[in-house]
Amino acid sequence: MLARSPIRSPGPFTRAFDRFLLNRAAMFGLSVAVPMLMIILSYPLWWRFLPNDIDLMAMNSGPTATHWFGTDGVGRDVFARVMEGGRISLLVAVASTALSGLIGFLVGAVSALAGRWADAISMRFVDLVMTLPPVIFLLVLASITGTGIWPTVMVISLLSWPLLARMIRSRLLELRERDFVLAARGMGASLPHLLLRHGLPNSIDILVVYTTLQIANAILLEAGLSFLGLGIAPPAASWGNMLNAARSTSVLEQYPWQWLFPGGALVLAVLAINFIGDGLRDAFDPRAELN
Amino acid sequence: MSEALLSVRDLTKHYTSRGTRLTILQGISFEIGKGEVVGLVGESGSGKTTIGRSILRLVEPSSGSICFAGTELTSLSASVLRSVRPRMQYIFQDPYASLSPRMTIGEILTEGLKIQGVGNREERLERARSALGKVDLPADAIHRYAHEFSGGQRQRIGIARALTLSPEFIVADEPLSALDVSIQAQVINLLRDLQQRLGLTMLFISHDLAVVEYICDRVIVLYLGRIMEIAPSADLYAKPQHPYTRALLSAIPSPDGNARRDRQILKGDIPSPANPPAGCVFRTRCPKALDACARIVPELREVAPGHFKACIRDDLN
Repeated sequence: MLARSPIRSPGPFTRAFDRFLLNRAAMFGLSVAVPMLMIILSYPLWWRFLPNDIDLMAMNSGPTATHWFGTDGVGRDVFARVMEGGRISLLVAVASTALSGLIGFLVGAVSALAGRWADAISMRFVDLVMTLPPVIFLLVLASITGTGIWPTVMVISLLSWPLLARMIRSRLLELRERDFVLAARGMGASLPHLLLRHGLPNSIDILVVYTTLQIANAILLEAGLSFLGLGIAPPAASWGNMLNAARSTSVLEQYPWQWLFPGGALVLAVLAINFIGDGLRDAFDPRAELN
Repeated sequence: MSEALLSVRDLTKHYTSRGTRLTILQGISFEIGKGEVVGLVGESGSGKTTIGRSILRLVEPSSGSICFAGTELTSLSASVLRSVRPRMQYIFQDPYASLSPRMTIGEILTEGLKIQGVGNREERLERARSALGKVDLPADAIHRYAHEFSGGQRQRIGIARALTLSPEFIVADEPLSALDVSIQAQVINLLRDLQQRLGLTMLFISHDLAVVEYICDRVIVLYLGRIMEIAPSADLYAKPQHPYTRALLSAIPSPDGNARRDRQILKGDIPSPANPPAGCVFRTRCPKALDACARIVPELREVAPGHFKACIRDDLN
């Protein structure tokens, strides 16, 4: 049996990826998210308006051949602003997810591996952050840091890491007692070795799932903050502050394209990323290995 | 017995859990000579694995001394300990848990060499291939993952991993108990072969007395974290001194159905380490116990050359 089968065999990641490709909802999410991402990233190359260009001949104009998504009250092109808003939303989401992922992983690793006291202190700190009501915490943090892209990234990251820290800690606590980790210690492995060669590969499923779901979550948080005027400040575009700008009754009733398109983009992006995240979670589920 | 490679003195291990103190090991002392294979037998929960892991400092002993080739291990700093670790390796009981599911066999076998900074990538892989050869597995297994192998093959990979660092001393923690009977013979012969070929010193933990008789020069009998008897194998199996050892030996199944020895069935279970009996810990299940057994903690004393027992009764023969 050993002699006949191919020499290189699929690893656990390859098998998880194969299962992911079989998940229809996830494939749908991917088929929405990837084209959306490409359009958002490439729009300056082929779209004729910049997000802050003012077209005085067309204020509050509905969708036309020139302005596909119409214009807003001062004649700015909604399509360009939705694209620009998408760029900022994605930038904020990716950056805050990366930052909170790093903080969460390190705190989780320290509390699992650096001894009882480090564990007790960091976990009580996690409890503290988790008990704060998120909206109020966000408002207070945002009012301290102010508006703009990087303050928004900071605020979202500082709110989101404790969940990951908990999950990483429990995974590493379990891992620490496993025989193959003990074997590595018996061969003289240092803490960085254990963390990088055993901790990281065995938490990658948690990290991947956290990352995708957190990106969706961060897009929503950013939109919420911007809607409240504490995230991305005008005139910079973001899906949240476009919704905020369009919230007067007259706009809601008479110029629906001003909120329909950013709102639609938001819903579509979050939905697609959530589908991908669910698919990844199922693909990495250890029970799926049995099939 | 030649000079001692490993000498354990007064090893103790206890845990405190919710205010109760669990004594897992109490006053464990023994020596293992260079090239010797010593068996460690006892029921589940008697502390066999804890002894094996304490020697390698995978578990921190509470007190006592462990001296390996003249070096006191219990007081070593992490960095010095790291340089001693390649000389002593561990073979695990469960071949399904002891190999990382996320690493190829090549990565598993070169891990120790990498940690210790031995050679470059190519040299390390070469050593991994030769270790696979030693345990009769094909060299192209280095590209595969552990889940593609059977239990017996995995256990041989575990043995190969222990050998990559060319250790002098190996703790084999029930390396057979997770395997099929048909595979056990294969693995035990492989271990014995390697031990003789490489001149390894070994602490062989098992609860299978037949296997211990086959592979070990001397045997330590453990009960509830205390040593009951130490003797050369031949001596122990022919003339067991301690009532506990006799009960264990009488439980070995005999291949000849008619020649049943008087089987002594021990009543009850091993007591809880949170609340060990006073005096001799075995007295609650001992068929020969006297009133005095509850008062005196029996010392390990020599009853024949190289044969020690911890029992106050000498009138049992």
